[in-house]
Amino acid sequence: MKKFLMATAATALVGGAAYADNHETIKIGTILGYTGPIESLTPHMADGAELAMEEVSASGLLLGGMKVESVRADSTCVDSAAATAAAEKLITSDGVKGLMGPDCSGVTGAVLANVALPNGIVMISPSATSPGLSTAEDNGLFFRTAPSDARQSAIMAEILRENGAESVAVTYTNNDYGKGMADAFKAAFEAAGGTVTIVTAHEDGKADYTAEVGALASAGGDVLVVAGYVDQGGAGIVRGALDTGAFDTFHFPDGMIGSNLEANFGEEIEGSSGQVPGSDSPGNAAFVEMVGDKFDVTSPFTGESYDAAALLLLAMQAAGSAEPGDYASKVEMVANAPGEQIFPGELAKGLQILADGGEIDYVGATAVEFVDGGEAAGSYRQIKIEGGKMVTVQYR
Amino acid sequence: MDFLNAIVALSNFVLIPAMAYGSQLALGALGVTLIYGILRFSNFAHGDSMAFGAMVTILITWWFQSMGVSIDPLPTALLALPFGIVGTALMLLATDRVVYRFYRRVKAKPIIFVMASMGVMFIMNGVVRFIIGPDDQRFADGARFIINARDFKEWSGLDEGLAFKTSQGLTIVTAVIVVAALFWFLNKTRTGKSMRAFSDNEDLALLSGINPERVVMITWIIVAGLITIAGVLYGLDKSFKPFTYFQLLLPIFASAIVGGLGNPLGAIAGGFVIAFSEVTVTYAWKKVATYLLPESLEPSSLVQLLSTDYKFAVSFVILIVVLLFKPTGLFKGQSV
Repeated sequence: MKKFLMATAATALVGGAAYADNHETIKIGTILGYTGPIESLTPHMADGAELAMEEVSASGLLLGGMKVESVRADSTCVDSAAATAAAEKLITSDGVKGLMGPDCSGVTGAVLANVALPNGIVMISPSATSPGLSTAEDNGLFFRTAPSDARQSAIMAEILRENGAESVAVTYTNNDYGKGMADAFKAAFEAAGGTVTIVTAHEDGKADYTAEVGALASAGGDVLVVAGYVDQGGAGIVRGALDTGAFDTFHFPDGMIGSNLEANFGEEIEGSSGQVPGSDSPGNAAFVEMVGDKFDVTSPFTGESYDAAALLLLAMQAAGSAEPGDYASKVEMVANAPGEQIFPGELAKGLQILADGGEIDYVGATAVEFVDGGEAAGSYRQIKIEGGKMVTVQYR
Repeated sequence: MDFLNAIVALSNFVLIPAMAYGSQLALGALGVTLIYGILRFSNFAHGDSMAFGAMVTILITWWFQSMGVSIDPLPTALLALPFGIVGTALMLLATDRVVYRFYRRVKAKPIIFVMASMGVMFIMNGVVRFIIGPDDQRFADGARFIINARDFKEWSGLDEGLAFKTSQGLTIVTAVIVVAALFWFLNKTRTGKSMRAFSDNEDLALLSGINPERVVMITWIIVAGLITIAGVLYGLDKSFKPFTYFQLLLPIFASAIVGGLGNPLGAIAGGFVIAFSEVTVTYAWKKVATYLLPESLEPSSLVQLLSTDYKFAVSFVILIVVLLFKPTGLFKGQSV
């Protein structure tokens, strides 16, 4: 047995060394939760990322004809220890040059602190949205293509101030999403010069919301912000507030935007506003067309995954090196203006421009734009209720 | 003027909604208490039976609405209510025949009845979701308001609006009528008296020739009426969603126990105690205080005793306190 183990270890070492010497391929770690709570989403996300890698390999333009290989590893979404071990293995034994992932916010933070920072590896998460990651120590190595929930709160504060709201009352659904949104919004709105009269939680699926509506009404405000779910307690709160005449204009973040909002309230909430993630960029349509029926493109975060992988490779091209230390500083440069806009399916064009010493502005499937050191700006569709229908005001 | 504003604000956000909610809880608690008094177990399937009753009524309401039958300005659901009660009664009698009668025959302990009722609860849960689905259903029609907040403001010239929904008015009126009828039935009729006798002392009741199966049957029929009415009124006032009916079980049981299990008067009092405490303890009194107090004393904070997160804790604290000092409930019921 001992001999067998020794032999295995030796083979692995030789294998690892052989791969490390192989300068024909660049490896990218695709670390996502293939098991765990989001296991139904991750295969499509990985397919999205690998689509970008294949596209780059096929072009033959990356760093003078390098191929790209994806090495999958399981982040489990919830088990930080397992995710850290998987990422460690990717870097030390597989020799990946960058991480596409991880997916969930918790494991992303763990991998960043325990693996990416000590090893100096670049990671781009396609789906971690926790505001907490904005302030995490990252030495410029961490990026994300999905916008932080804090971004939405900032956008929300902006819209409300522009609509002339001076004071607002806030109620949120009592979970991480609602609480995070409410706290971030309160800070953003007060920084913008508004007043938040009350921030109060509501539980979903409860029998009666009289007490919540009473407290909100007593605190008062121009607008009631409902950071909840349209098929849950959020609807109960809006119904109660309308019936008692406590509020008649509301503001709805993404959890409240749905067809049931029109169906249940319609003209009663005339003049209310809201926002949902969405963009009018032609990138998404191009991505959908390119994917065809290769995988389920409507599954969440597939576009973000494609963009994350594409950005890693484009940054390498811009730096002229696959070493994380060299290309980390280029990620933001290829993603943002100025430069030629690059849409999905045009990676070859982007690589060529960069090889010729030009500049690109990668738009991708999700209109990527990095702000504040690696945060996706995210784009949102601002809506208002007009004639009982949701109408798009603008994209921002 | 300020005094009037304070009263209106208080009625709008506390008194009227709590009255309506209290009536709904009281009707639900009456059913729990009747089953406890006569069949001697806590019926966990109560909330879901309520959903079943409301569901039957909703289906018939939709049928009436599609035929154009209406009693505007009252909701069509009132017309469908008797059919809903009949459907629910048949269902309850069937479960009694299939499940509870066996345990009565073998003289099972109350805890076994409770467990059996949990099983019934899960089945009923599934049946309702299977037939009508887990989503919100709308079936309210007719005039929505007796007094509209905006109209009231214009009419009275006050700063505060007062809303009084048709469903709230209906709930309170129906609850009064139903409770009066129930008390008349229990105290004046022969059948009602035999039910009370059976509840007080089963052996003596049997000796004096009361047919136990008949008492049980009538109890289930009355309970069917109570829960269908409570379920439909609740659905009209808020919305129909099977899951919230299951959630309603907790405040209903709290009401019945606070009032004293087995005591109908206690069930009603318990319903209002729970409803008012949930709303008043977590109410932010700032608005009312601002109207009432002189300017120098106006509060800058919300004057909220507890955040609304704790409203369920409130009813359970009351429950614990009552059980500690009066284990039989506020009105003399049976100890649990």
